[in-house]
Amino acid sequence: MKRWLPHLLLAIGILIAVAALRPPKNTDEFHRTEFGKLPVLVGGRVKPMDTLARTSLLAISGKQIVRNGKETTLALNWLMDTLMRPERSDQLPVFSITNPDVRDLFGWRDDAKKMFSFADLKSNLGKIEEQSALASKMEAAQRTPYQREILKLRERLLLYLRLKNAIQMEDSPDFGRELADFKNILAPGLAAMDAEKAGTPLTDDQRVAFAKLLDFAQRHQRLAQAAYVSAIPRTPGDATAHDWQHIGEALISVIQGGEIAPAVQNYASLISAYRAEKPAEFNTILAKQTALISHDYAAATRKIGFETFFNQVQPFYLAMELYVLIFILAFVSWLVWPEEIGRGAYWLLWLTFAIHTFGLIARMWLQGRPPVTNLYSSAIFVGWGAVLLCLILEKINRNAIASVVAAAMGFVTLLIAHHLSVDGDTMEMLRAVLDTNIWLATHVVVVTLGYSATFLAGFLATVFILRGVFTRSLDRPMLKSGATMVYGIVCFATLFSFVGTILGGIWADQSWGRFWGWDPKENGALLIVIWNALILHARWGGLIRERGLMVLAVAGNIVTSFSWFGVNMLGVGLHSYGFMDAAYKWLIGYDISQLILIAIALVPLKYWRSFSKKTAPALVAV
Amino acid sequence: MVRKILLPFTSLKLTIVCFAFAMLLVFFGTIEQVHLGIYGAQKKYFDSFFVFWTIPGTIRHIPVLPGGYLLGGVTLLNLLAAQAVRFKFSWKKSGIYFLHLGVILLLLGQLFTSLFAKEAQMRLDEGQTKNYSESFTEKELVLTDTSDSKSDHVVSIPEGLLTSRAPITHPSLPFRVEVSQYFRNSTAVAKDQVSSPNIPRLEVGPMAVLVPIALATTSEQPNMPSAEVKIITPEQTQTFILSERLRSPKTFTVDGKTWHIDLRARRFYKPFSIKLNDFTHKIYAGTDIPKDFSSRVSISDPATGEKRDALIYMNHPLRYEGNTYYQLAFDNNDTTSILQVVRNPSWLLPYIACTLVGLGLLVQFSIHLVNFSRKRRTA
Repeated sequence: MKRWLPHLLLAIGILIAVAALRPPKNTDEFHRTEFGKLPVLVGGRVKPMDTLARTSLLAISGKQIVRNGKETTLALNWLMDTLMRPERSDQLPVFSITNPDVRDLFGWRDDAKKMFSFADLKSNLGKIEEQSALASKMEAAQRTPYQREILKLRERLLLYLRLKNAIQMEDSPDFGRELADFKNILAPGLAAMDAEKAGTPLTDDQRVAFAKLLDFAQRHQRLAQAAYVSAIPRTPGDATAHDWQHIGEALISVIQGGEIAPAVQNYASLISAYRAEKPAEFNTILAKQTALISHDYAAATRKIGFETFFNQVQPFYLAMELYVLIFILAFVSWLVWPEEIGRGAYWLLWLTFAIHTFGLIARMWLQGRPPVTNLYSSAIFVGWGAVLLCLILEKINRNAIASVVAAAMGFVTLLIAHHLSVDGDTMEMLRAVLDTNIWLATHVVVVTLGYSATFLAGFLATVFILRGVFTRSLDRPMLKSGATMVYGIVCFATLFSFVGTILGGIWADQSWGRFWGWDPKENGALLIVIWNALILHARWGGLIRERGLMVLAVAGNIVTSFSWFGVNMLGVGLHSYGFMDAAYKWLIGYDISQLILIAIALVPLKYWRSFSKKTAPALVAV
Repeated sequence: MVRKILLPFTSLKLTIVCFAFAMLLVFFGTIEQVHLGIYGAQKKYFDSFFVFWTIPGTIRHIPVLPGGYLLGGVTLLNLLAAQAVRFKFSWKKSGIYFLHLGVILLLLGQLFTSLFAKEAQMRLDEGQTKNYSESFTEKELVLTDTSDSKSDHVVSIPEGLLTSRAPITHPSLPFRVEVSQYFRNSTAVAKDQVSSPNIPRLEVGPMAVLVPIALATTSEQPNMPSAEVKIITPEQTQTFILSERLRSPKTFTVDGKTWHIDLRARRFYKPFSIKLNDFTHKIYAGTDIPKDFSSRVSISDPATGEKRDALIYMNHPLRYEGNTYYQLAFDNNDTTSILQVVRNPSWLLPYIACTLVGLGLLVQFSIHLVNFSRKRRTA
């Protein structure tokens, strides 16, 4: 039995992974998953409705699912209601409001309720508008938490309103009927317009038609201005992002000459069928719409299916779950059955690494970019690099130490990534200055691997310090081999952070004509290089031994956390304090924890449980 | 003998002390950018010998940290001494030598850059041609003799002389210049808005005055100096109020010659000119995220007869005659392009240094790795 334990553990891991691959079932007779695959242009990128649903709900409510009492609503179902039956989604509690001052403003007393629906907020829209106008006059850095909260709430409301008006006017009683009416008045209306231009007097009928047409145009002009989602491809065959338009624009262009695009007509019919609870009709039109778009706009939509699959598998969440499992297993293996459980954890780590890698490569392919393009993807990549290095270490030294560290780092970095993802689409378009694949692939990747390695050295050191101080499981040879491990990783970190920083300098010289500009992000990278160099020189000079190396490596965590997040808070701090506020507290908390760890490590060796005199004979006896 | 003097400088402990100070310097030099801006922090921390700290409530400055020059210098000495005294070539340590040689070049490169590199900007409206760039920070008072119809005769007085308020004379100037008031940064306000009578001011027009304000910290909002300047000849004294913010050049006559006087950003003239034909600003569809900025320019160089078009866009600067022009910013509804102009004669050093350092690190760590795995195999 014991012999088969590793196989059993791996099998469990594979089962968990396979379970995530199961295609989702529709919650009712509407072909919702198919609707989720319809492409839309949002934020400069063509993406499936499914992604729009997840990122919008995350941005509005901070969650991927809506909970209303015992009832839960999937992101996609919520979006479908918002787009097509807003009176239903208006009732769903998706806005979280916890700031007491904001609650006071609305006169709410019930402290237990945290999530509110649009219907709850409706009577307060005027107040929100008025208060955020006042708040936005303040410099971003000087805003109070209340003001930041109000502005955030307004932004979330705005997003919700834009979604409600994405493929129809939210107050349209029946978009299909409205479109039919529009078709009827179009010809007489246009004729009236021509007559008006020519100066001929209008008949009463013409006057009515003209007024109706104008009214329609004005309504949809407003709609087009608020456009956030562009769901209508402009002309068949054109695949570039610029050729998508908002439904309002598409209708206005009809007035300027042309016909109602079939895609617009299909959306109108979809809305009618959805509202009338006619799934069969809905599914037929949906199939038509899918066929139309995927046939005419094949190039723009070829990644849509894969992205929906990627969303549904959620490889990073899956990896997080498995990292927790590995952490527990590897930790247990220090106490019992080190050989069997340790091997099981090691195999599982490979499996999880494969899933992590799949997620990374999937994102690269979807975006057509190197792995690191923003803070979110840097977190994913830092974890990936650290796990990769740990796998190598574990292969050399099979003692489950690197497995524990890998699982911890994989989990923590993916958790950080998750918290960075609530702002919206993590595959956002790159600002002009970053729009270069060569340097993103070299400088950014190398320097981020430098972060990985520096953190890894610090985490490894943490394990040895904690084991040495609080358990009796550490002995001299183990400490020595641990120090060799940390030293090796610090060497690696020096190489990557140095080369990465220098590549950054070359990028700067190539692009801006100067090698070094003392910019905060550059300085952050320089700090890591100097710190790693300091560790190496201190060791070569004999100034530090095993314990000193561990202590300095832990201090490296503080340096790296500053370079990774701290400098962004300096620069970004002037623009968007709100988001970084919470992160700032976490950063300070983390740095304090590392200082405490250093203090613990500096306790004289004779008080370490592993080396105290009382236990020494026991060790010898073992 | 030389060995004996150098020996204390070869210490590894000194290296570590240098590193530790460098950590502090870079850290505080980064944090302070929030208040001082990149340029201010760079001057205070990196292009200096000591970093001074003002004791709160006093005007006493005390040095608290070695500045970039001092620290870089000591590190350089440390490195050179160690290389000179300990140098004994062996393949086992070849990586280390390359690496440190690279670091020496990097430090030297940074020193040369901070001494010789010039950064300036060129602001061009569409259709405009210029043969000069302008400093971000330095100002000048210029006096132009326009009497010769073929060429102007320009005397430029740097800001340092203006702030000292000493009378200025120059062989080309048939008069004496006195700066009676000088505000390094100033703004125009309505007269009745200045409450305290102690605030110095310069009157411009019946309603407005210029008052001094705090020095600028960012290059987006540079200092806008104002000055009261007296032109003194034995016969008469003429007083002018000049301000870069109001862009108010004045003219006057001395001995029948007409002179222009202006206070402005310091100009660097080039023997060639650049014309902005078109500026474009692209955004991603349905967003306001910038996708690309680009300036189509024409260079025309009478000396070499070169006359051609060039496109400057993000991550793609124009290099011409030792100057690098890159897209910095834009203005006036996408009709004005602002180019940054960098002249750095030592630009090549970092490339050589990088190659050496990269190679050195790679060689050394490979040697380590091979040794390590060999030891493991035998163990």
